[in-house]
This record gives sequence, structure tokens and C-alpha cells, in this order.
Amino acid sequence: MNVHSDPVEIVAAPDDGLAPGELLMEVKNVSLRFGGVKAITDISFDVKKGEIRAIIGPNGAGKTSMLNVINGFYTPQKGTIIFRGEERRAMKPHHAVRQGIARTFQNVALFKGMSTLDNIMAGRSVKMHRNLFWQMLWHGPALREEIEHREKVEEIIDFLEIQHIRRTPVGKLPYGLQKRVELGRALAMEPSLLLLDEPMAGMNLEEKEDMSRFIIDVNRQRGTTIALIEHDMGVVMDLSDRVVVLDYGKKIADGTPDAVKSNQDVIDAYLGVAH
Amino acid sequence: MVTTAATAGMNLDTFPKYLLLNAQRFGGRPAMRHKDYGIWQSWTWSEQLEEIRAFALGLQALGLGHGDKIAVVGANRPRLYWTFAAAQSMGAVPVPVYADAVAEEMAYVLNHAGVRFAVVQDQEQVDKIRSFSDRIPALKEIIHDEPRGLRDYDHTGLTAFTEIQDKGEALLAADPGLAERWERGVREASGSDISVMLYTSGTTGRSKGVMITAAGAVNAARDTAEFDRLSENDSVLAYLPLAWVGDHYLNYAQGYVSGLCMNCPESGETVAQDLREIGPTFYFAPPRIFEGLLTSVTIRMEDAGWLKRKLFDHFIGVAKRHGEAILEGRPVPLSGRISYTLGRVLVYAPLCNVLGLSNIRVAYTAGEAIGQDLFSFFRSLGINLKQLYGQTEAFLYVTVQKDGEVRADTVGPAAPNVDIRISDTGEVLFRSPGQFAGYFMQDETTAETLTEDGYVKTGDAGFFDTDGQLKIIDRAKDVGKLTSGALFAPKYIENTLKFFPNIKEAVAFGHGRDFAAAFINIDLQAVGNWAERNNIAYASYQELAGHPRVYEMIARNVDETNLRLSKEPVMAGAQIKRFLVLHKELDADDGELTRTLKVRRAFVAERYAPLIEALYDGSTEKYVETEMTYEDGRKGVVRATVRIVDAKTYPVARQTAREAAE
Repeated sequence: MNVHSDPVEIVAAPDDGLAPGELLMEVKNVSLRFGGVKAITDISFDVKKGEIRAIIGPNGAGKTSMLNVINGFYTPQKGTIIFRGEERRAMKPHHAVRQGIARTFQNVALFKGMSTLDNIMAGRSVKMHRNLFWQMLWHGPALREEIEHREKVEEIIDFLEIQHIRRTPVGKLPYGLQKRVELGRALAMEPSLLLLDEPMAGMNLEEKEDMSRFIIDVNRQRGTTIALIEHDMGVVMDLSDRVVVLDYGKKIADGTPDAVKSNQDVIDAYLGVAH
Repeated sequence: MVTTAATAGMNLDTFPKYLLLNAQRFGGRPAMRHKDYGIWQSWTWSEQLEEIRAFALGLQALGLGHGDKIAVVGANRPRLYWTFAAAQSMGAVPVPVYADAVAEEMAYVLNHAGVRFAVVQDQEQVDKIRSFSDRIPALKEIIHDEPRGLRDYDHTGLTAFTEIQDKGEALLAADPGLAERWERGVREASGSDISVMLYTSGTTGRSKGVMITAAGAVNAARDTAEFDRLSENDSVLAYLPLAWVGDHYLNYAQGYVSGLCMNCPESGETVAQDLREIGPTFYFAPPRIFEGLLTSVTIRMEDAGWLKRKLFDHFIGVAKRHGEAILEGRPVPLSGRISYTLGRVLVYAPLCNVLGLSNIRVAYTAGEAIGQDLFSFFRSLGINLKQLYGQTEAFLYVTVQKDGEVRADTVGPAAPNVDIRISDTGEVLFRSPGQFAGYFMQDETTAETLTEDGYVKTGDAGFFDTDGQLKIIDRAKDVGKLTSGALFAPKYIENTLKFFPNIKEAVAFGHGRDFAAAFINIDLQAVGNWAERNNIAYASYQELAGHPRVYEMIARNVDETNLRLSKEPVMAGAQIKRFLVLHKELDADDGELTRTLKVRRAFVAERYAPLIEALYDGSTEKYVETEMTYEDGRKGVVRATVRIVDAKTYPVARQTAREAAE
């Protein structure tokens, strides 16, 4: 009768052999240039297992570039990134995915014509082991695998409370829900590190509250480590355990939300200073 | 009519006795389904019995005793329904409470009922109840269905449903005679015990706890289940609020006596999809849901292609002419039958399928008046939609329409074994099998509600039509008079207005005044869609409501309403002379509607007093500030200048009214 039992905790935290509080990722002296433009200059910080780490800064501070470096989209000219104890050199986004890094985008990047369910299922594709041949056959091992993945996806749908849009093409959904579906797709990869690029951008207050709750639940219940970029200071200060502040591609502060809030450089960067 | 049945030596006068019986006679048949994780999970009657027994014994171990009250708060979930039977099997009394009630209301009910246990769905309700726990000293334990978000909570006095069941299972395993003793307890229970306590939604003043005895509840349910020939082959979608008598009666009570299968939707937002997947055979919805269905069909057809639209219009025309006659087995010309059959293949069957109404054998609507057009629309598609009239105090049914004798403007003759009488003042009085045993701890109010010979006063004004069907006009105390002496029945006027798809809600005024006037709420879905098609831009409800072209459109509706009123000799005197379109939707969170979404007239009148004055002092606009509550509980203020418009009235209809209207 196990169809009736509750799944106790939704998809357990990925087992990466690390205890909470241990170093998950280290960014060391990273610099990134586009031609003559310095996007990031000599930045170092770390992300610990199980925390919510925020990267903030005014417009053009290099936040999204930093995220793109972490997820392998850009290769920095200088510096190294150590993820789960492994130093990585030049790599591509799909390597990052294999390593357990998933992300969402500032501008939602979903398959607009596909349903919520299919979009989240797409997030499972990295976990699929059967090759194209088996998948085309459909019966047998590929079907069994599909069912397993579907179960995981249903847990995510339940977790994000999007049952009512399961079959709706995401292009038809309001923006706030699209963001939620995108989070769902990232969660489907069962990442060790979840990168969120402005998860609250363009949302109204209620949507922001919902999203905050989901982010906290992902972190607390599933033990997923989260690094997020966000403009809404209220959200950042409430959600994060530690905050890195960038300005003009440089790190100007790093610490707990309270420490960062009272840091004079940060105040100057946000409010401007009289020169 | 069978009033007592003796099966397996039991006098079947409680629901747990039916649980035992059903587990025996329908053991392998589905009793309950719930869509969870995208799949319909299902429980047979014998599995359901095991779930209920384990929970009941777990509760007993926690100290639940005979007569204790258990609050049940949440959406339609199997475990909450099991709580009813589990409590009843121990002689305890379930008290379902509206899950979306604000803390203040809920605290009152829980305290008044003196609940010792509260079985709730999720974190939201745990938070709500804990926020006023100091005001409900009797509460010992909160039991929750869904553990989500509760992990870091203080778990004193907070237990998971499954934990209680595990305790019950452990006791059963340890003591081989326990199951037998539990069953004996169920068999020996008395039908005179209170089966459930249902709090009224409080249209007037504080909610009252309506006590229903087990035997009364079972008898009433058995009568109506027989009336509609419900059986174990029927299924219902349980989506109505748990605390409402209609849900408890139509799903739980009728479900247990007939053995039908109850289906719980995945969530409140998926009801339409779940309805389509389940295709229930018995269905109840208040008129506003049917209205919503029709509105969405109309909107979708307006967006459909040319050919589809033509087909739809043609065959809906055919259905209008012949559909009801075919449903009722009246003679129809052969050509009509052929067209209708073709229409069924091309339009009606696919449409019913999309709406989830393909398998409907019996459907009911009640709660408020339903428009003739709306009612006929669904009936003409071949859906056996009927009306009933009921009350919490009657444990639902007072009158019910028989198959084939159905009208939109009446609510039918007395239900089986119900006696109805109209008092000298025009109030409807009844005596019924499910009649309540009294209001909990309010003997005085109970006495006021009963006549000397034991009839219940409904508080509704009505009369029997020539064919013996009851017609309800309004709340007895709301029926008033204009200064001219003409009868003023606000609800009648409001209902006539609400039959227009653009008008969602209306409040009429006129008692003791010179003429009748009305507040109108537009229907955002219908009017919004109209605005989209007509290139009218708007940023908010308020802006759309105040748009000159919306006013023009509503004015046409009011005009039509007056024309209809003028044709009813009794109502013609109270046509709407002036109206306004309200700048804000009436909302239960602001106290303007009850939780069952009925207008709280006195409250609205007081809150919008300046607007009412403006209706009568001849001004053409009025500036108002209104406080409103957002979904998260914060309060804000809406400011608006509301326009007031005159409407045309018609002379009282004579014989020639029809021609004059042309």
C-alpha cells in the first residue's frame, strides 16, 4: 500500500560527501575581461555547504558575469574555481551541470511551447541513463526510468504548488509562475549548488513572498546550497546567510547581512558619495 | 419508505455503522480517491475502514472521549473526511470549520464549541490556530495532515495524522481483541448521539452551532439517496467547503448510506481538470459556478474560429428549442430529434466532456436563484440539472425537484418525509427527518427558531405556486416596502440583475425610501474580456468599473431588468431608478460577503452609507474612501469618485406589455 504513503522529505539533499558548513566552492582571484572592459577584477569568496549566499551590487557591478563564470559560461582570464575540492580549468556549462550546478536565468529561459511538466522533465535529462535508442523504443528500461523521473518531477510540482498548470504550455503562464517553473526545472537536476539570477525580478509583493518561501524551503528541507543574485535588498537581507557585495567588478564587502548593511563602502556604493 | 433497516443485526442509525456495512458489502469497491502527485490514489471501503479505525484508536489513546468536540479545518482531503467517521465511531462530535475563516471568526467557533482536538490540513491552519491558542483553553492537540513546513515547529500539542494512526496500528497489533471491541462500540452506539455540529456561516450575527443527531442525519440522507437512486456505482467530486452542510450531506452523508465513491481534487485550483478526469455521476454546484462555466464557454467560443462558432450557435439553438423537451421525454418532432442527435455528436457531448459533465445522472443547484437562461442552457445539453432548497437546520433538504418536473423559478415540492407550511406572515416553516436538535449552548435562540408545534422557521419568505412547487422570494426580514407602499424584495431585484453576465453582484436599496436603487459589481472576467475585444485599456478593477462605456453597458442591463420587473405585477412598483457601479469588489475578507459569498446587507449599507445617500439626494457623483483587506491581511484604502446614473423605468405591465416592449 505504499502508493498511499507520504514521501517524507522531498528528494533528499544530494550526497556530495560534505557536511553542512564545509566548503562547497571556492572562487580564488578571478578576473574576467571582455576586450578592454574589466567585468570582474580579482574576486575571491567561498560558498559553504547548506547556506544561502547572496551576491549583490549596483547595476553593472559584475554579478551576472560572476554567475556565468561559476556555471562555466564564461572562462575567466585569471583565477581558479574549486568546486567540491576539485579545481576546474576551462569548462562548459554542461560540465557544470554534471558537477551538480543548476541555475535559473534573469530573463526566464524555458521552452515556451512545452508544458510545465515537460519543462521540468527536461531538467531530468542529465539524470537519464538510457541512450536515445532505448528512449525511442519506449518500452522496457527506458519506460521504467521515465516513471522514476516522473515521480521525482511530481514531487517537485507538489512542492512548488503548480499542479494546476501541469499541462499548460509555459508561454501562456504569467511571469511569476514561469519563474516558479524555471526553479522547478533547476531543482529537477538535484543540484549541489543552485544559482538563482534575480529570482524576484519583475514580481509583485505576493509573488515575491511565495518565491522567498520556496527558496527557504529548498534550502531547509532539501539542504540545497543556494547562491543568488538579487536587487531587492529586503529579500536579500532576510533570506541570506552571507552576502558578497560587488561594485565595478570588485569585491567591496563580504559577511553576514547585518555586517554588510552597516559597511560604509556598501552604503556609498548604493547611495553614491559626494566627490 | 424505509426508516430503519436491520442489516447484520444492526440498527443502521449512525455513519460508522454504515462504514462497517459498506466494508462488508462493497469491501473491494473504491470509497475514496484523491489526486496526489498527479495520480488518482484510491482506497476501497475496507481500506478506508482500516484507516479510520487506526486513527480512531490513536485518538482514543490520546484521551478522546464520548462527547468531545473535534474541529476539522482544511480543504477536501481524505484524512479530514476520515476524521468525521473516526470521531463518530468514538461518540465524539466533529465540528468542521471554514478553512478560510479569519482568525477572529475561527477563534470564536473553536472556543464556543469547546474543541479538545483540531485536525487540520497544513501549516497555514496550524499557524492560524496557534495565533489564538490562548483563547481556546480546551484545545489539547492539533493534528496535521501535511507535514510540510512544520519540521522546525515546537511539537508539543502538535502531531502528524500518520503518527496517530501509527499509534492506533501499534495498539491493534498488541491487542488482538481491540478491533473487535472497537466494532462492538460502533454497533452499540446510539442514534440519538450528536453526529456533527455545523456552524452557520453567520449571515446575521455570530455563527451558531447547529447540532444534528446521528439518526436524523442518516434518515435524511437515506431518503434523498433513495429519491435520486444513488448507489455504489455513483461518484462525486468533493470540492465544496468542508464546513458547509451541503458538502457534509451530499458527499459524506449520502456517500456513506449509498456507498458511492468520493473523489477529492488535487487542489482548489485544479477542480475543473479533476472534474473532467473523474466525470462524476452526481454533481452539486451553486448557480455562480454554472454561471462561471457558461461565461468561460461563451468567451472561448467568441475566440474560436468562424466554422466552430457557426456550428456552436446553430446547435445551441437546436438545443434551446428541443433539448429540455427531449430530457423530460415530452413529444418532439422527428426533424427536431434528428437535429438534436446530430448536435449531440458534434457539440453537446464534446462540450459536456470538456466541462466534466459527461456522466452526470443528477445535478443540483441551490443557495440562490438561478437565471432561466442559464438553467435551460445546461438542461438543454441533456444534463439533468434540478433545484433544491435547503438549510443547515434541516440538514440540507427542505424541497427538491423531481426528475421531469423542473422549473428555474421554483425550488420544487417538499423533499421526502418533509412537511412544509407557510406562516401567516409568508415565512416558510418545515419539519424534516434531519431537523436539527438545537443550537449548541443557545437554547433561547433554538426556541425562537422553532414554532410551538415543532416546525423550524426558515426566515425565508415564499409561497407555493399553483403546481405545488415552492417559490422563495427573499429573506423574510429583508422584504420591505417603498414609501409608496409597493413591495420591495431586494434579492429578487438583485437576482434579476445578476442574470446578466456582466454583473457579478448587486445590492438593492429601497425599504422606506421613495424608490429602489442599486449598487452594482461588474464581473471582471466578462467585462475584462469585453474590454479586450473593444480595445479598452484599463489598469485596475476600479478603473474598468468606472469606465463610461462600462456604465453605458450596465445601464442597458438595468434597463432590461426594469422591463422584466415591470412584467411582474407584485414587483413592478420597485424598479431601479438610480444605480452606481461600485469601485471595489465586495469581498468576504472585508466582511461584505459571508464565507458562502452572500451579501451581508446591513454591513454593506453601513459601510457605504455615503454612497446610499448619494443615490437618493440626486447627486451625480460622490467621492469615497474605503478600507480594504489584501490577501495577506494588510489593510489599505481605496479612493474613488463614483458616478451615479439615472435609469429608465417602465409603466406597470398590462395585457399589452409584450407589444409595448418590442
